[in-house]
Amino acid sequence: MSTQHHEKAGAGAGDRADDLAGEEAREAHRAQSRETTEGRVFTVTGGDWGEVVEAVGRADDERIVVNMGPQHPSTHGVLRLILEIDGETVKEARCGIGYLHTGIEKSMEFRNWVQGTTFVTRMDYVIPMFNETAYCLAVEKLLGITDDVPERASVIRVMMMELNRITSHLVFLATGGMEIGSTTLAIFGFRDRELILDVFELITGLRMNHAYIRPGGLAQDLPPGAVDQVREAVNLLRSRLHEYDKLAAGNPVFKARLCDVGHLDLAGCLALGATGPILRATGLPHDLRKTDPYCGYEDYDFEVMTTDTADSYGRFLIRLKEMRESLRIVEQCLDRLRPGPVMVADKKIAWPAQLAVGPDGMGNSLDHIRTIMGTSMEALIHHFKLVTEGFRVPVGQAYAAVESPKGELGVHVVSDGGTRPYRVHFRDPSFTNLQSMAAMCEGGQVADVIVAVAGIDPVMGGVDR
Amino acid sequence: MNEQVPETRRERPVREIPVEVVGRRQGMFGTTGSGDTSGFGGLAAPIVLPGPSERPYGGWFDELADELEGALEEQGLDPAEVIERTVVDRGELTFHIDRAHLLRTVRILRDDPALRFELCLGVSGVHYPGDRGRELHAVYHLRSITHGRLIRLEVTAPDADPHVPSVVSVYPTNDWHEREVYDFFGLVFDGHPALTRIMMPDDWLGHPQRKDYPLGGIPVEYKGARIPAPDQRRSYS
Repeated sequence: MSTQHHEKAGAGAGDRADDLAGEEAREAHRAQSRETTEGRVFTVTGGDWGEVVEAVGRADDERIVVNMGPQHPSTHGVLRLILEIDGETVKEARCGIGYLHTGIEKSMEFRNWVQGTTFVTRMDYVIPMFNETAYCLAVEKLLGITDDVPERASVIRVMMMELNRITSHLVFLATGGMEIGSTTLAIFGFRDRELILDVFELITGLRMNHAYIRPGGLAQDLPPGAVDQVREAVNLLRSRLHEYDKLAAGNPVFKARLCDVGHLDLAGCLALGATGPILRATGLPHDLRKTDPYCGYEDYDFEVMTTDTADSYGRFLIRLKEMRESLRIVEQCLDRLRPGPVMVADKKIAWPAQLAVGPDGMGNSLDHIRTIMGTSMEALIHHFKLVTEGFRVPVGQAYAAVESPKGELGVHVVSDGGTRPYRVHFRDPSFTNLQSMAAMCEGGQVADVIVAVAGIDPVMGGVDR
Repeated sequence: MNEQVPETRRERPVREIPVEVVGRRQGMFGTTGSGDTSGFGGLAAPIVLPGPSERPYGGWFDELADELEGALEEQGLDPAEVIERTVVDRGELTFHIDRAHLLRTVRILRDDPALRFELCLGVSGVHYPGDRGRELHAVYHLRSITHGRLIRLEVTAPDADPHVPSVVSVYPTNDWHEREVYDFFGLVFDGHPALTRIMMPDDWLGHPQRKDYPLGGIPVEYKGARIPAPDQRRSYS
């Protein structure tokens, strides 16, 4: 961990440099300082904050600028926080982002529409199912096949999204707990998340980066035993959720750290575009699953959770309650599953072959390959064209949004009629919500910055894309 | 046009001019650079964005358009001048706004009780090099929680004068979104409090998501075979 301290430029900086020269030579192996046009800059590592405090104590004023991150265990990934602090009070707080920018939106313009899901699943890697669904809903809108997506595909999409919502909230609990020193929460959170990742692995083949949801439906149907394993995981999770209530929700230490920290009221949320648990913590029950249902959410029975505290504790409670609601929805999905196709019938969009892993661990459906190689030249050509070129999408633009665990995840896609997206833009909730960090933290304590940022629950893969 | 909002491409009727041509497609199969082996290489078709719609737009779209036009008139603006065209496509309503009037329009959209679009969902840039004089598009999505509505605003600027007014004073959430569009497209949002790069390093040259900016990439070596870099592969668009 490396942290830099910027002391504000002062007239006496040069004089102090002489006084401190001998002292610094002795401590050179621990804390280093150098003069810059910005004033004196200290580079400290590990636990030698004492020297910094001592040196800063001799300065004329108490205002220092602290660079927290981009590699800091409590900033939720490669997020850089630039804090101007006066004693323990944060005077100004700013974010530096872009450290995880990988140009996904640009890269997508050079691959076909189906390959797009493989990219978007890597954006906010904690909520891959939401990225994929939002992207696919937008592409389906462009294709005009929204109503043709089979019922079974929509039910499985909802089930996967709700399971994913639980894992996202568990990651929030685990990392957020870790950041305020509760390692038990971290262990519990990741332990329970593992149950769902196992389900994902069984159904999609992967624990992350699934590319399971495709324009028109799903990559493949549920494998044998999936329903039983989902039901088992749901029951086990339900029996464990009360542990979080006992450990954290009523814990006086936990409440002392979270209550009234990171306050942002309704007007602030709407002005800054904050959605999801941050907005619902102000008491507004805004949830796209209720207001603009997609994937058949209007048919499920669940509650939108709100609190009226507008602080980090309220956001924590909402996430805790939402996990229970998600379990309810997953159970309804299991009851609703009926045999049927999981891809649109249009053979111009659906790949003719379903993936089946061969004895060498690779390959495609052997039956299908036998049929097209041996009996139908046209089917072979068709399959080849679909896989190599991809399908064409009519000219136009569309916007689709889903309620991700972090807020409104919107996708704006533009097609020029070709086999590749002309432009894909993700309105990632982490990106937008992170803007509210300054409003939540300025005027508060340094320690509360950590709690406030954890309450926003940003994932830098989604912020930077 | 019938009263129902067109949901699919099949229902969209053929419209007359004016249309927005953003490109030109040649040949039968969308490929270039491989020689005219099919004999269809001479075929050429314009790539045309969905054109303006005629009233009635269907659903709540008409009511909203009336409210917006009325509110613009109240403010002493001529709706025909502010709204360049109204497009209804795939069940979505898009107003193309003249960039000179963008700021006043979004203020009306936010503040008028009958419109009340409280939530701005950011701005997305699109670069159409083939759309002469309107190369850069800024696309805004606005959501009204009060009325449960979603609309799209589209503003254009030429590459020669890439300026659009900033809406940060009305929707502070667009602070980072506008910085992102500036970073990736070079579209300058006049009036933004601190328009700097947000994703790319400060000393980066160029704006990466413009269509004239190369993707980069290197060919992949695979057991003696060379697979071209993604931007060098054959495109069927």
